[in-house]
Amino acid sequence: MASLQLRLTQPFFSLGRYVMLLAKAFTSLGEFGLYRKNLFVQMVRTGIDSIPIVALAAAFSGAVTTVQTAYQLVSPLIPKSTIGAVVVPSLIMELGAVVTGFILAGRVGARIAAELGTMRVTEQIDALEAMGLNSVGYLIVPRVMAGVLMFPVLYVSACFVGISGGLLAAEISGAVAIGEFIQGARDYYLPFGPYFGLIKSFVFGFVITSISCYMGYFTEGGAEGVGRSTTQAAVISCVYILLSDLVLAIVLL
Amino acid sequence: MIKVEHIYKSFGEKPVLQDVSLTIEEGETLAIIGRSGSGKSVLMKHIIGLLKPDRGRVLVDGTDINAISYSELRRVRQQFGVLFQGGALFDSMNAFDNVAFPLQTFTTKTKDEIRKEVEHCLDVVHLPGVGAKKPSELSGGMKKRVALARAIALRPRYIIYDEPTSGLDPETSNTIDDLIKNLADQLDITSIVVTHDMHSVLSIADRAALIHATRMHWVGTIADLHRSNDAVLRAFVKANEYFIGEPSTPSAARAS
Repeated sequence: MASLQLRLTQPFFSLGRYVMLLAKAFTSLGEFGLYRKNLFVQMVRTGIDSIPIVALAAAFSGAVTTVQTAYQLVSPLIPKSTIGAVVVPSLIMELGAVVTGFILAGRVGARIAAELGTMRVTEQIDALEAMGLNSVGYLIVPRVMAGVLMFPVLYVSACFVGISGGLLAAEISGAVAIGEFIQGARDYYLPFGPYFGLIKSFVFGFVITSISCYMGYFTEGGAEGVGRSTTQAAVISCVYILLSDLVLAIVLL
Repeated sequence: MIKVEHIYKSFGEKPVLQDVSLTIEEGETLAIIGRSGSGKSVLMKHIIGLLKPDRGRVLVDGTDINAISYSELRRVRQQFGVLFQGGALFDSMNAFDNVAFPLQTFTTKTKDEIRKEVEHCLDVVHLPGVGAKKPSELSGGMKKRVALARAIALRPRYIIYDEPTSGLDPETSNTIDDLIKNLADQLDITSIVVTHDMHSVLSIADRAALIHATRMHWVGTIADLHRSNDAVLRAFVKANEYFIGEPSTPSAARAS
């Protein structure tokens, strides 16, 4: 009975602890001078270091989407420029942000949870607190801020590289001429698309880093606990990326 | 002065501390002893406010640290240096940066002053020239000594040592004990040593406090400890292969 009660209340307990952690993080913003150096370190690790893998994934997503869209357009009545009209908005409004989000959930989310989890089980977080430092401000604020600031940069990079990949695939496969591809993209360009993608990227950056920080910060149980936190950070971040993607689509479109 | 008054702490259903009270006088070295899992480290974490008691108070210089704001608590904590069991050195920094960290964070010293201060602290723990090494390149004893250098960098009034000699060979343990004693004497620091190593207790402590079965079972001076007929205390000391009631030469005993 007690076990069932614990299972039922656990999600509310976790949500409450997550909200309190974020509240503590925001109240420490006044001491940002202490954490500024750490922010730049995290921006490099989260953003700059992720560019190669994000670019690779975006390039292939753009290329594959182009080839598959061309494959599905069998009717001679549909102009080839439609390929550009499908691929470019797809990248800008959905794939650019979501693919980048999944990659960051694995690469950045897992790293954050493993780092903080190891710091927790080796008492490094206790050491920070015992010195009189706000460990949440020092460890979590720079990581979440770096995620929120750098994710849009990665998203924009992913869109550029993805569209370039699509153009390259169109050229190599002969599915559509580059001129037609661009014409299609221009004809069906939605001005709100890039804003929508940018809003998503801010939200995803926050979701991934805050969830991963939460998982790592409250790690329990030694090396096994660090492994569990790392896996959960990546998996739960992905789930919340999909959920927030849907919510944003319903609310903003 | 630190006063722990009737604190209770449970984790889930399991009580860890029950009605524990303790007074730590200015300038003394107090050893908190007890079996592994007896709640010594939990009590230590209460003293610096890393854990909050379910009931009871912890007073540092008359201030109830659980009744003040987080920012006030952090100011109280700056009077403490803590040596954690595994050292708790920051993996991402080398030894020099670990020791420099509190100085860079909490003082307005120049880079040159910080460098001199760090070198002095590393000298105090007999580790000159290891500044460039990462924690992963240091032995267990060296890690603890670097952590001790970090703990004294801000000249704290209180130092808490959590199992300072656990996992160390007898010679290194003696070195750590000597350091603790010297720091207490030279810097006039109040020291709280959480340990189950009776050799350490007898060589460095002025008083000892035994936690047994979640309660404070016995508190007294080292001389009292030698004279005591308390069965639990004697069993604990005997289990450490150390016989009380005889003049102590801890270093020799440990080396034998």
